[in-house]
Amino acid sequence: MNPLRLFHKSFDHGVHPAHLKEQTCDLPMQRVPFVKEYLMPLGQNLGAPSKSIVQIGQRVRKGELIAEAAAFVSTTLHSPVTGTIKEIGDFRNFDGNFVPAIKIEADIYATQQSDAGNPIEWQSLSIDEFIQEVQNAGIVGMGGAAFPTHVKFAIPEGKKIRYLLINGAECEPYLTNDHRLMIERPEDLLMGAEIVRQKLGAEETVIGVEKNKPEAIAALRQHIKPGDPVRLVPLHVKYPQGAEKMIIKTIFNREVPAGQLPRDVEVNVNNVSTVVAIADYFERGRPLIERIVTVSGPGITYPANLIVPLGTPVRELLRFCGGLTDATQEVIMGGPMMGRPIATLDSPITKGSSGILAFTAAETSRRKEYPCISCGRCVEACPYFLNPARLARLSRARLFDEMVNYNVMDCVECGCCTFACPSAIPIVQLIRTGKDDLRTRKETPA
Amino acid sequence: MSFLIAPAIMVGIGLFFGIILAVSHRLLRVEEDPRIEATNGMLPGTNCGACGQPGCLPFAEKLVVGELEPSKCTVASADDIENIADYLQIDAGRQEKLVARLRCGGGKAQAHQIAEYHGFEGCRAAAVASGGGKGCSWGCLGLYDCEVACTFDAIRINSNGLPQVDIDKCTACPDCINACPRDLFEVVPLSQKLYVQCSIPLAGEAATSLCAVACDACGKCVVDASPGLIRMENTLPVIDYSTNAVATPEAVFRCATDSIKWIEGNQFQEQENLPIGGQKKYA
Repeated sequence: MNPLRLFHKSFDHGVHPAHLKEQTCDLPMQRVPFVKEYLMPLGQNLGAPSKSIVQIGQRVRKGELIAEAAAFVSTTLHSPVTGTIKEIGDFRNFDGNFVPAIKIEADIYATQQSDAGNPIEWQSLSIDEFIQEVQNAGIVGMGGAAFPTHVKFAIPEGKKIRYLLINGAECEPYLTNDHRLMIERPEDLLMGAEIVRQKLGAEETVIGVEKNKPEAIAALRQHIKPGDPVRLVPLHVKYPQGAEKMIIKTIFNREVPAGQLPRDVEVNVNNVSTVVAIADYFERGRPLIERIVTVSGPGITYPANLIVPLGTPVRELLRFCGGLTDATQEVIMGGPMMGRPIATLDSPITKGSSGILAFTAAETSRRKEYPCISCGRCVEACPYFLNPARLARLSRARLFDEMVNYNVMDCVECGCCTFACPSAIPIVQLIRTGKDDLRTRKETPA
Repeated sequence: MSFLIAPAIMVGIGLFFGIILAVSHRLLRVEEDPRIEATNGMLPGTNCGACGQPGCLPFAEKLVVGELEPSKCTVASADDIENIADYLQIDAGRQEKLVARLRCGGGKAQAHQIAEYHGFEGCRAAAVASGGGKGCSWGCLGLYDCEVACTFDAIRINSNGLPQVDIDKCTACPDCINACPRDLFEVVPLSQKLYVQCSIPLAGEAATSLCAVACDACGKCVVDASPGLIRMENTLPVIDYSTNAVATPEAVFRCATDSIKWIEGNQFQEQENLPIGGQKKYA
């Protein structure tokens, strides 16, 4: 062992936000009752949106395919309930824009029981068949980015995966969905990890869990049999440990170069929820039709960890949790560091929504902004070693092209810079604005 | 005497390169047309790009070789253009006055809000964070991106939250077009008075439930205008400006939502006493 490892606690830079997980970390997962209508946006994943294959008025069973993958970097959608297709059209998504979606009316007389799916004989599948099966299951990265998981498994010729890294860091404050999953379903987690490990031909499974989840670590430790090629690594608590490049740096002390992927350092990273979804599909034949959502924050009357069918409106989840308190000002989808405010409570839970947080004025108020004092705290906080102060200044001056020279596209918008700024400058918001301008840049008309 | 060697070498090197420079300056000199410099001096020097060139100097070069006409510059006054044409002994050309128009008429008093935006002011920042709170996700956000971007100080966001373009100051450069995250600005000739002031891709009640001045695609303007002037494309009327001469204000009279306008002068006026109840907020 490298003696330097003794001093290596985790990745460099990053911040330490308050954990704030006490509200929900001891609450067991609950199922929400079925509601009347479900809305399935077609573009729930990164990459190409799925293509609808149903007609209005068609009856669908729970778990039936309703949209197929449009490209390789795209995935399938399955009906979360037994019911009737009511409408196919544009509906408002959580980001305020209208997106194509399928509205399903639940059958109130159906038992809503999943068909006893057939386990899939995964041992005999080739890697290509396995990738196809994962795409058929509609599985995406459930940490929040919703990147189609099968694309990660497609390893190009000449590359090899040595380690399968299961990401249980859950570094965002408030969120406890992965935490509860590790406590309540450790066998499924280890099963899914084993399936992926064998299919990718990795030597070892490494599970990284932050130390602020001792119950999860204990539960997993109990189920790991001696002799299994599984290593459980408790991690020093720091944000953004859940970013794949950061957790790789923490555990293997290897940096993934800018513009490269974890597979370039022989690692494949998957979120715990994703791995459980894989186990669900191969062991029980159930595609991805539900996910675990933490509903928390000071604005929620009864915080909870919920097992939610995809497409459930946020409004129904809030109603199930006793509604919002009067002081609530903002409802956020995702964690407080990277989540986005939702434009309408009718927007549905999608594959990437890990939490619904309601905040009051105390959490959402903006501090008065002061000029940059060049203290360098944002530079010290940035886990990607960028210069956030410079990028923010360029963005404010609308010099977006110049931002590219400062590697703005390596920024993952983790928000450490804004968190660290003593002058309360909205640094990450400015950077995000610049990135959006660069992405949607149009040619100047002559 | 050895202390003189080093200075002597330096002087020698200096002389050597000086002679090379002097000789090459004589032999390899490029004659630049002196008119380019003079023309550039007569141009406004804003480097705005409205002429389609990267800046004023490239435009001056194109003028001198006769590829472009001085009237392509929308910033210079008529007198300046006349002076340049006289100096270069070329035809000034004719160009219509162009102005920036906004394909949206839904200000704070007309468009319905579904949320309040509390982030830092900037349309693109608001558009990235959940669409800025306006019910219509295609409409003007009114958070000053165009006002900040405008080189000529021609845009002011009025009390209704809409950019008021001063047609006297507007030079039809593409600053606001590039700044708008919703892609709402377009540059049109001032003589085109008939203008569709909405870009919502919805029809009927779906559109009017989001904004009081949204086009509901009823098609009355198509019927009322002279044949062939307006046609419906998807859910919006499209005006065929090649037959602009036959356009009359009749086309807008029966518009139920005021989304097609007959614009004389400035597109938006400063409004006094806005109806306070105009904003409908959903629970």
